[in-house]
Amino acid sequence: MSIRLGGIIAGLAITLVLVLWSLAPGVYNFAFGPAPEKQPSYAFYEHGEGPAGGFSFDGAFGKWDYAQLQRGYQVYKEVCSACHSLKFVAFRNLQDLGYTEAEVDAEAASWTVPGIDPATGETTTRPGEPTDYFPMPFPNAIAAAAANNNAIPPDLSLITKARHDGSNYVYSLLTGYGEADPAKAAKVGFETPDGLYFNKHFPNVNIAMAPPLAVDGQVTFADGTASTIPQMATDVAAFLTWTAEPSLVERKQTGWFVIGFLLFATVLAFLSYKQIWAGLKPKKG
Amino acid sequence: MSFAWAKQYEPQSAFTKWLDEKLPFPRLVYNAVGAGYPVPRNLNYMWNFGVLAGFCLMLQIVTGVVLAMHYAANQAVAFGTVEHIMRNVNYGWMLRYAHANGASFFFIVIYLHIFRGFFYSSYKAPREMIWLLGVVIFLLMMATAFMGYVLPWGQMSFWGAQVITGLFTAIPLVGEPLQVWLLGGFAPDNAALNRFFSLHFLLPFVIAGVVILHIWALHIPGSSNPTGVEVKQESDTVPFHPYYTAKDGFGLGVFMILFTTMVFFLPNALGHPDNYIEANPLSTPALIVPEWYFYPFYAILRAFTGDLTIPFTGIVLIPAKLLGVIAMFGSILVWFILPWLDKSPVRSGHYRPLFRKFFWFGLIPTMAALFYLGGAHAEEPYIMLSQIFTAYYFMHFLVILPIISQIEVPKPLPFSITEAVLGKDKAVEAPRAGTVDGTDAGTATDGSLQPAE
Repeated sequence: MSIRLGGIIAGLAITLVLVLWSLAPGVYNFAFGPAPEKQPSYAFYEHGEGPAGGFSFDGAFGKWDYAQLQRGYQVYKEVCSACHSLKFVAFRNLQDLGYTEAEVDAEAASWTVPGIDPATGETTTRPGEPTDYFPMPFPNAIAAAAANNNAIPPDLSLITKARHDGSNYVYSLLTGYGEADPAKAAKVGFETPDGLYFNKHFPNVNIAMAPPLAVDGQVTFADGTASTIPQMATDVAAFLTWTAEPSLVERKQTGWFVIGFLLFATVLAFLSYKQIWAGLKPKKG
Repeated sequence: MSFAWAKQYEPQSAFTKWLDEKLPFPRLVYNAVGAGYPVPRNLNYMWNFGVLAGFCLMLQIVTGVVLAMHYAANQAVAFGTVEHIMRNVNYGWMLRYAHANGASFFFIVIYLHIFRGFFYSSYKAPREMIWLLGVVIFLLMMATAFMGYVLPWGQMSFWGAQVITGLFTAIPLVGEPLQVWLLGGFAPDNAALNRFFSLHFLLPFVIAGVVILHIWALHIPGSSNPTGVEVKQESDTVPFHPYYTAKDGFGLGVFMILFTTMVFFLPNALGHPDNYIEANPLSTPALIVPEWYFYPFYAILRAFTGDLTIPFTGIVLIPAKLLGVIAMFGSILVWFILPWLDKSPVRSGHYRPLFRKFFWFGLIPTMAALFYLGGAHAEEPYIMLSQIFTAYYFMHFLVILPIISQIEVPKPLPFSITEAVLGKDKAVEAPRAGTVDGTDAGTATDGSLQPAE
């Protein structure tokens, strides 16, 4: 009995403290206090939907489009890699994109990576080898910030997993540049600060990254695909999905085998359960 | 320790006879989860989750031990070694996704197991010890899961460790030194990561030990059942094997299908994108949240927004942060006294009309709301809602349960499990027909049998 009495007293005490000292002031503030301030930029943010028609790897049966991954790699190499690293990806991984071993060797050699002079031991640079990882565009974070209006360009290896709905986010961000609606901006006193760029798909709509894909035809695709801005954005978003999750397609395919087996095993388990219990269960009705 | 009609283990071959004399391990298994353990015949699917929780623990230990072979608990490389597992280790992605989603599914299973206990009052005598050990297991799981989430050393790992260890600073006088001592520094750093890894490896084995005690304590009174009427006779039970091994096998299959669907098709759906950004002490995420399975307790923690002051004097008796910490730990510690708060002699919620209303329309919506609110931004109306539901949570266990167990008029119970299943029980016409050996030893006053030791 004393435990129950103590419990009732403790329960009422907790509720009283919560209601009188936390809830009541909160309700009062909510009803009579000043409305919470919202940054004017929220009025301009639009959720990005991703490319029309989606990606080839979407859905439970999705597969890579190797030509697209190779085009996306080309966009990364010619545009993004000037500022963004890809530190968890090695050149050898490019074989996953459908390149042959010889092509990977050549591709690796087209990059310059830090090395050590075998004669003097001094730091130098050398052509990349398949075992090397993609090089860092800046020697350190301070240099990266200094070159980019104080914003450090994030590593792109995992970017599509590090953002909500990442593949669509990357596409939307790359195609979301433009101007804020001037009438609306004047009304709420919104302006994009110097050195930043308006992007309606970036969470606070002012982004430090200059529009990386500025004109159609910026990259000349090796396979002859017309390089419109949406095309380049789609391809590089696909490539960055691969860098974030190289096992994505293998994972889904393995999943179907595993679930197929489990369905079969579970049906068997159900039948044996029914058979074992058959004599015990009363007839319905 | 089982009912008198329990089958006895009989070794067949010369080897098993020899083994039974030297180390009767097969006998132990036979009595624990084999044909030697009589179980009520009317268990529903809610009784699957104990076995599933045991399976989850083994799954986490197996995947975790292999992951530990490839992981390095060093602040400089931890994030990179996780990516190494995902990219270079053979099927490393499968192991890691199974381990991460395995934690989530472990908690799903445990929550269902606990709520089974709430509804059917599994905590009541003679099963208090099973319940108490279960709460200990749950607390150990929370500690293990929290430290495991820190190991990938992503943004949420780091800031989660910062927030949770920061809770200790709310303790008066010793709080700040205690946090520094726990972390081995002034902020989560290499020292913290290393000890979290060490403890994350250790605690699952501690859990396994308490699980053995939990099952041991279960075998003293035997399993409860959906009627809440204790076992009275042999016709009330069936041997665990093959009846419940077969049923649990089917349950395990369904569980595995759901689990592998998440692992192979939505592996990151239960995680937070920010944890794929390497920990950065200089950049605070917009919203710091724990893993989803801690949301209700996080909501309770954040519900206390005002210091407890003496009105109009400005004297602070208890700061809001300490109130939140007390409430968060209290919300689980209250489960420890649950067997003594709810004194209704009827166990099953099916026969308790008032209790059942408060369970389905009080406790369950409250938990659902707290799950949602714990992950929401700390802004109105979410704060007010979490305060209201937190208040109900404590009222439910500490005030409502003791009172309804006093005033409620329960529905009539079936005479026995056999009657509940078959609609009639021969023992009613000829009382004691099913009792054993004709002795009264071990017969409780309500006619139920106490298993002989």
